Amino acid sequence: MRLSQLEVGEKGIVKEFTDLEMSIKLMEMGCLPGEEIRVDRIAPMGDPIAINVSGYQLSLRKREASTIILH
Amino acid sequence: MKADIRVALVGNPNTGKSTLFNVLTGLNQKIGNFPGVTVDKKVGYSKLPDGRVAEIVDLPGTYSLYPKSQDESIVFSVLADRANPLSPDLVIVILDASNLKRNLLLYSQVADLKIPVIIALNMMDLAKKAGTIIDVALFSKTLGVPVVPISARKIEGIEQLKTAVSYANKIALQEDSIDVRSIAPQLIESISNELNLDNPYFALQLAHQHETLKFLSVEQSDRIEELEKEHSFHSQKAQGTETIARYNFINDLLYDTVKKPDTAGDETTSNKIDKVLTHKVFGFILFFAILMFMFQAIFSWAAYPMELIADAFVWVQNTLHHILPSGPLTSLLVDGIIAGLSGVMVFIPQIAILFAFISILEDTGYMSRVTFMMDKLMRKVGLNGKSVVPLIGGFACAVPSIMSTRTIENWKDRMITIMVTPLVTCSARLPVYTLLIALVVPNRNVWWLFNLQGLALTGMYVFSLVSAVVVAWVFKFILKSRERGYFIMELPVYRMPRWNNVAYSMYERCKSFVLNAGSVIIAVSIVLWVMASYGPGNRFERIDQKYQQPRYKTVNADQLQKDIASEKLESSYAGVLGHVIEPVIRPLGFDWKIGIALITSFAAREVFVGTMATIYSVNGNADNIQSVQQKMHQAKNTQTGQPVFTFAVAFSLMMFYAFAMQCASTVAVVYRETKSWRWPAIQFAYMTVLAYVASFVAYHLLR
Repeated sequence: MRLSQLEVGEKGIVKEFTDLEMSIKLMEMGCLPGEEIRVDRIAPMGDPIAINVSGYQLSLRKREASTIILH
Repeated sequence: MKADIRVALVGNPNTGKSTLFNVLTGLNQKIGNFPGVTVDKKVGYSKLPDGRVAEIVDLPGTYSLYPKSQDESIVFSVLADRANPLSPDLVIVILDASNLKRNLLLYSQVADLKIPVIIALNMMDLAKKAGTIIDVALFSKTLGVPVVPISARKIEGIEQLKTAVSYANKIALQEDSIDVRSIAPQLIESISNELNLDNPYFALQLAHQHETLKFLSVEQSDRIEELEKEHSFHSQKAQGTETIARYNFINDLLYDTVKKPDTAGDETTSNKIDKVLTHKVFGFILFFAILMFMFQAIFSWAAYPMELIADAFVWVQNTLHHILPSGPLTSLLVDGIIAGLSGVMVFIPQIAILFAFISILEDTGYMSRVTFMMDKLMRKVGLNGKSVVPLIGGFACAVPSIMSTRTIENWKDRMITIMVTPLVTCSARLPVYTLLIALVVPNRNVWWLFNLQGLALTGMYVFSLVSAVVVAWVFKFILKSRERGYFIMELPVYRMPRWNNVAYSMYERCKSFVLNAGSVIIAVSIVLWVMASYGPGNRFERIDQKYQQPRYKTVNADQLQKDIASEKLESSYAGVLGHVIEPVIRPLGFDWKIGIALITSFAAREVFVGTMATIYSVNGNADNIQSVQQKMHQAKNTQTGQPVFTFAVAFSLMMFYAFAMQCASTVAVVYRETKSWRWPAIQFAYMTVLAYVASFVAYHLLR
């Protein structure tokens, strides 16, 4: 299951990343393995998405979200 | 001002860092540049309770010491390089108390550099409201650093923070956060030995960043590279390991010191607001309503003060002409320098208003929602969600709009936005278009409702937006990206704007425009003045002599003055140049008189109308174009006897003004924003080529 496949309101726990370079930025922003992510919103045109992680809201593009594998 | 201690402000974006900076320094700040990069350096001074003065350096907001952009790379250089002229004695790390986890990552990195550090725990009020309880004493004890709870907005805890600064240690006493050495034990050891370093984290950072750090010599950097190969160091993997270790440390710390209420199901106010503001329908309606309001404000609110400024300068010019003896020096001062100064000052109202709006949009957190909503659409043409504001602002004036592109973090997106913003129909093109449309488009209605002239003008506006989008799309393929295109962006919670920050931002932008763009504009104005006031040989004397002849005595004095002015302009260097470029512009349908106007209106497009007035020796300005229009209407080609301003010529001219970079202020501001002449040169070149081609096509299609 990838983060990009979640619907609004669904939750998942980060398992691993498929893109090393992207994973560094994501981890710095608090998306770490073991962390819970909830999809808060999807932009009106379907991309990007807004997620809740580590107690704040983060937006990222679907392509970026697809590098996050969930449990 | 002489400072006793230098303090650097470090923190994540959206933590209230600039608010704290403004509170600490008041208006006692100056904005410069970090050498070699396009990052603004903000330095201010603050008086400490013990009477000493602290120099405060505001470093760009960043989430980590591993830079993702040029702005962020400054932070590590300033903090770590002891030889840096801004190297601080003390670092204040500002943390958002309502979002501690992510904020602490940067703190733990900075702390491991072993510079004396103080934590300013901002937004305590927000954290309290959310029910978060922070054991500040334990927090401070665990980390081994002073922690001062503050609210920068409400100006609470500032005195305590200043006191903490004045009592700060000269040596770093903070506890280690993670075991840095274990990440790359041998490499850290070798680098430390090689460069004689005592800090393992500094050594590790050098291993990661040595290729981009300017304070390392080439030999040092090459040596580090060798050592990395020797110990098979993988930078990205090591960064990942480090980040995970740091978050483990942070989780442990927060587990002991912070109690959060269990509100998993609760919906925050911000989320509720977002349901409306980023809604599929209302979101866009509201956004366009805000843009329209902004556009109207820049257009109409600024008009009054702009007129006032322009009138004031005209008054000064007239008065000086009366007081001072007439001569070349007076003329240089009044018609060259003061006229140039007026051209600079007149932009201030538009800049101030646009930046008031942008500052409010950013402060409230709405700007990141705009980016969120528009990203997909704008990305298709190589732009960024944040490009929308500069583009719409461009309808009023490209100068403040280009300054506003600084909110775009991505270098490529920002450059493309800067490159295409001047294509959007700005208010200076309006008088040119009105004059030309009125000249050739009949003033009648079609389908009862639409005025033909109005339609033509609307057409020019839409056309400009379309051309900006198309050019942006082309640039998307030409420009090489410097950094990978991330869109991993924080959506900060909605907050009320801080009016102090709004005022500072207006003041700061106006000042930086006057100081930086002003000199270029005045220089260009002086050059143009020389070109229009002097001619080769003794042509001017001959004109004076000619009009001294008795047969001109009967002519009305006012008309005589205009005729002289007109003839002098024709004989001036500008006039000569108009003749010189005539072969080049003839394929566009322009004669040498239009050539003169093209040259003189380089400083600003609206000068076209004034030059036309002088050439056809009538009184005329942007407000009074009827007489110019009549004269232009009657103008006949001396060889063919046909009217000069045909439908084809007028549209060809409009196409030229739509594309050509006829604006010294924009050139100056692009130089100021990109810190290189390369970009304004490229922009000037591509726009001129486009202008020529578009004019040529328009003329030959419509002829």
